[in-house]
Amino acid sequence: MTIRRILIANRGEIAVRIIRTAQRLGIETVLAVSEADRGSLGAQMADRALCIGPARPSESYLRVETIVQAALGSGCDAIHPGYGFLSERAALAQLCEDEGVIFIGPTARQIEAVGDKLRARTEAIAADVPVVPGGPVGSMSEAQALAAEIGAPILVKAVGGGGGRGMKLVERLEDLAATMDIASAEAGAAFGDARVYLERYVAQGRHVEVQVLGDGAGKVVHLGERDCSVQRRYQKLIEETPAPNLPEDIRAAMHEAAVRFAARLDYRGAGTVEFLYDVARRQFYFLEMNARIQVEHPVTEMVTGVDLVAEQIAIANGEGLRFAQEDIRIDGAAIEIRVNAEDPARDFMPSPGTVSAAHWPTGEGIRVDTHIVAGAKIPPYYDSMVAKIIAHGPDRATALDRLRAALRETRIEGVSTNIAFQAESLADPDFAAGGVDTGFLARKAAQAEV
Amino acid sequence: MSLTAKDVDEIMKLLEGSSFDRLSLEVDGLKLELERGGGGAPRAARPARAAAAPATSAAPVAAAAPPPAAKARQSSEAGLVEVKSPLLGIYYRAPKPGEPPFVEVGSKVDAETVIGIVEVMKLMNSVHAGVAGEVVEIIGANGELVEHGEVLLLVRPA
Repeated sequence: MTIRRILIANRGEIAVRIIRTAQRLGIETVLAVSEADRGSLGAQMADRALCIGPARPSESYLRVETIVQAALGSGCDAIHPGYGFLSERAALAQLCEDEGVIFIGPTARQIEAVGDKLRARTEAIAADVPVVPGGPVGSMSEAQALAAEIGAPILVKAVGGGGGRGMKLVERLEDLAATMDIASAEAGAAFGDARVYLERYVAQGRHVEVQVLGDGAGKVVHLGERDCSVQRRYQKLIEETPAPNLPEDIRAAMHEAAVRFAARLDYRGAGTVEFLYDVARRQFYFLEMNARIQVEHPVTEMVTGVDLVAEQIAIANGEGLRFAQEDIRIDGAAIEIRVNAEDPARDFMPSPGTVSAAHWPTGEGIRVDTHIVAGAKIPPYYDSMVAKIIAHGPDRATALDRLRAALRETRIEGVSTNIAFQAESLADPDFAAGGVDTGFLARKAAQAEV
Repeated sequence: MSLTAKDVDEIMKLLEGSSFDRLSLEVDGLKLELERGGGGAPRAARPARAAAAPATSAAPVAAAAPPPAAKARQSSEAGLVEVKSPLLGIYYRAPKPGEPPFVEVGSKVDAETVIGIVEVMKLMNSVHAGVAGEVVEIIGANGELVEHGEVLLLVRPA
């Protein structure tokens, strides 16, 4: 089967991004839009835009049946889910499989396998991929034994928690019993589930992830890694490749681990295996796998020259992998900042509205992925990320210089953005040196308050 | 009998000159399928549809390639009320294949009158007029995809 017309079940910059590649490949596009996105750049660029429902995502972009009906009704042979929304919903992949529509992504089973954290961890262990030492504990004696094995410091986490909630730090092993009691009682009260598990606490960690492509039949290649350690409240803000100042043996071991993990699942399409790199111990641990195209995929494209969306389409089309591992060359370095419509001066409050003027940077090595043009509306219902500015150079210092210059050139009026805030991070000597850990922004904020 | 390249050329010209977007021809076991614009025709959900849907066979000729967004209305009369599709799906004007449509031009409707069905993956959703009056024009095409908010018909309010 040949993909001739794709329904894009997404919005914003990624919809524009997918349309661009489809146009280059001579594939028609149908963009599913909510009422709030009827006038968006993507809606203008696509061959056809179909209104699928009201602005609220739960009534439009998150409706599996409506998306598949829109694809069937408009004669599309495939659906590209982008990232977020339904991209990692096994139900969409499954309905596509049932209806004979090509889902540009992994199988429903693969999405399920990596979507459940505990199951993904089990898969990682089976693939001989290191995980954060720890595990569930049923009794205090079990906890003591496990804690001794892991070594302090240790995190006591609520099974029902997540996203940073329901965690307690144990600095010394002799405090474990007391902290466990409190953590268990609190977890019971907060989440209705008193179960807790122990995990090694990584005081200084870096978020490093590996881009993979799989043919769905066990063949997997990696396209290098990305360092996404500049985060605010678990939200990535700056991403780059290669990960600076990462020991070469660690880098190579991460690549191999990511390939092993994906190959074990017979993974199909583009995916990202995320690791936490423990700087002090020089070890890395599996965090999770994202079964979709990633927001920060352009940095990988800049250094490899591979159009990841085109490869996603080719794999979905049954063409398999069009290159071998040795064909992948990393050329220089690339850094990306996310432009969010939010106000750093007001605790990063989202700043929806109408963009009155937009000037995006151009120049050597500069790429901008966005749907924001003058007059564009930023509706309040969706993520505040509205653009990505990416700079590529023969080395990291050049890429960084180019990115700084690009930010100076950027003008967005009518809404607040985090561009000045991002420029401050780029100007930071620690960032310039390369290899900051995930505590970088929190430390900067704390210093600013003193 | 077989088809020569010249025959196929001629058939393509016929299709091009016609108002159809797709042609399916079977001659002595030979099957020729032509499509304008290279796109696929709209499809409904795969398994046999529930009894409510007309045009079950989704006849290729009737199922034209995607229509250009909302169709233009012809009535220029002022004060007409647009009855819009409340959701995206396949629009059916009749409760079952072969049965008369829910409403025709000239039908009297009230707010609760069902004027059609919109199918979303085998789920049939009734569309109500939402207004009392007389149907002046039918805009939505039977068996075709309609968008959320697309105008299905026009009513002259009572």
